Amino acid sequence: MLWHFWIAFAAFFAALLLGEWQMYIRSPLRDWIGNPELYYRSVTAHGSAMGYVFPTLVAMGFGYAIVELSLKQALIGKRWAWAGLGLVVLGTVTAMAPVSMGLASVLYTFYPPLIGNAFYYIGIVLVVVGSWIWVALMSVNLHAWRKAHPGGVVPLPMFANVAGAYLWAWTSLGAAIELLFQIIPVALGLRQTIDAGLARVFFSWTLHAIVYFWLMPAYIAFYTLVPRAIGGRLYSDTMARLSFILFLVFSMPIGVHHLFQDPQVGSGVKFMHAVFTGLVSVPTLLTIFTITASVEIAGRLRGGTGVLGWVKRLPWHNPMMLAVAFSFILLGFGGAGGLINMSYQLDFAVHNTQWITGHFHLIFGGAIVIMYFALAYDLWPHLTGRALKNGRAMRWQLWLWFVGMIVLTFPWHVVGIMGMPRRMAYFDYSDPAVAPQAITVIITFIGGLLLVVSGLLFLLVLARGHRAEQINLPEFTFSQTVHAERTPLALNGYGLWLALMIGLSVVNYGYPISQLIALPQTSVPAVPIGSQP
Amino acid sequence: MEADVHTSAVRAERRWALIVGGIIVFLTGMVVYMSLHWAAMPPLRMETIDPATLHLSGEFVESNLGSAREADGSVTVRLLGSQYAFTPQCVLVPRDTPVLIRGTSSDVMHGFSVSDTNVNVMLAPGYISQFRTRFARAGEHVMPCHEFCGIGHAAMWARVKVVEPEEFDRAAANGRANCVKR
Repeated sequence: MLWHFWIAFAAFFAALLLGEWQMYIRSPLRDWIGNPELYYRSVTAHGSAMGYVFPTLVAMGFGYAIVELSLKQALIGKRWAWAGLGLVVLGTVTAMAPVSMGLASVLYTFYPPLIGNAFYYIGIVLVVVGSWIWVALMSVNLHAWRKAHPGGVVPLPMFANVAGAYLWAWTSLGAAIELLFQIIPVALGLRQTIDAGLARVFFSWTLHAIVYFWLMPAYIAFYTLVPRAIGGRLYSDTMARLSFILFLVFSMPIGVHHLFQDPQVGSGVKFMHAVFTGLVSVPTLLTIFTITASVEIAGRLRGGTGVLGWVKRLPWHNPMMLAVAFSFILLGFGGAGGLINMSYQLDFAVHNTQWITGHFHLIFGGAIVIMYFALAYDLWPHLTGRALKNGRAMRWQLWLWFVGMIVLTFPWHVVGIMGMPRRMAYFDYSDPAVAPQAITVIITFIGGLLLVVSGLLFLLVLARGHRAEQINLPEFTFSQTVHAERTPLALNGYGLWLALMIGLSVVNYGYPISQLIALPQTSVPAVPIGSQP
Repeated sequence: MEADVHTSAVRAERRWALIVGGIIVFLTGMVVYMSLHWAAMPPLRMETIDPATLHLSGEFVESNLGSAREADGSVTVRLLGSQYAFTPQCVLVPRDTPVLIRGTSSDVMHGFSVSDTNVNVMLAPGYISQFRTRFARAGEHVMPCHEFCGIGHAAMWARVKVVEPEEFDRAAANGRANCVKR
């Protein structure tokens, strides 16, 4: 588990530095980049590491920890777990080699007919296959526990964890189909043409739902670590299970909202995906209620009274408390932005602008990564057997990340509405139409600096934890609920929900995909990256 | 006492569920209303075209690109995205006139938005994108390519010039018009 986390955080920090370099390159602080290819190479590496490698490894490491800590059983299939980790690492190296050589600067979204080096795509497939081993292990371990505890209620952390694993298995299928059947044959030179529109539909299948896969570890931390860490109780176990199940069902059939401005999908399908995108905000809104209520319990248990008096009594010196507060604030802004993106017509104004970059950095970098930090702080003593005592450093680190994220993303939202496109290696700030946006890029660069400092501090705290004194830890516990609840049978298994998940995705994706496959003459010549016309 | 706390908690939970539902219903309702009332729609028709031959014959040959007046008074703009420029590089349109934009790509994915407007379209090779709009005020807009299309992507900017209808008709007297400086 420690290996998972360290590799994840190393990839995270490398990608963080690349991100900051990109902000510097495109800011007016320096001349135009001589070779824009370097910028896109960097974006490809930043996005692939942050989007695929880092969260996958965190989810895997946390998942294994949950098996041992919540089911209280030794992980079945340790060898397989190592094989999975090996595949993820091998895949990362395989993918990053052509990227760093400049042979695959195609960005991390797979939009043919622009095609990069085959090894980049093969590497990503290996990462995904490695994570599928994890999915299988989660299922196997839960099954073994069920056998040993007939009729028992699956502990909430494991229930949520396996929901996340199934979500990922189904979700990653879209990009996997795109890579295996469309892109890799072309990248290997076996085929010369590709259906660009269909490829985008397959990619959208994965593209949005992947966010909910990143989200899972953060949400598991909300429900099962936060209330315990701050001395409160979980308000409702049933509500927690319902939220995870809703994610499982609604994550998938919404991805076409990324294709609102595309010509290959009809408006009926687009409208349906807009409605379902609205529905996927429900589990998040439920979570906000339940966790706020759980936190309120902690405040009241500590003697807080009145309508808001409990807020003052909360243990604000506790890193977990800070993390959940920051995460919620950033999630609030990011989520509001998400509802705007989903709104079909409002999307005209922001599609593919810097607004979108701002939105997903708030959700991922803000709400999710902050909880990854908190999760690592919470688990570290149990993984190393040593105390993690730098409370002040942790608080500084979280504050820096929170402020840095706001400074980074708010200007992006502003210029996004002004129409600044994303994915640009440079801007011509001498153009009067672009000049007013120059200052915002400098502000963003400063935000990025704060994030780099915070990331460095995070690694330092964890590294120092390895040299701290050894301690005898109390048994690891997850949050207790306010009162015992009877878990409905439907919320103790996945059968019904998996059927709904698959059924809904088949309805929402089956039609556009079959329509596109039936459409003659849609394949176009592939264009290798960097080719001479 | 215990029961009191419980009922108030249930009430709070129910209130929150209503708020959540309300937000979703309101937003969806807004989408439906705007779709029907403003006819604000993203590309909705599926039309295919072979990018290998589009410069040889048919709608997107070079002499047919640019803006033209239709019989019903509306204006159709045809444009092409290719690594790393739009053709035409400057789009001329009249103020306060229904405009239909038809575009496609000759090689990879492109896309564009027009600054200070709601115009936002993806151009996919093999497919024709269609977008209806109307420009309220005269003036100039920038039109960047917003989908990564290769190393030269950041240099791919066009312009849109909105002029008075009379001026547009003078420029379009020979059929097609654009504002590229010769």
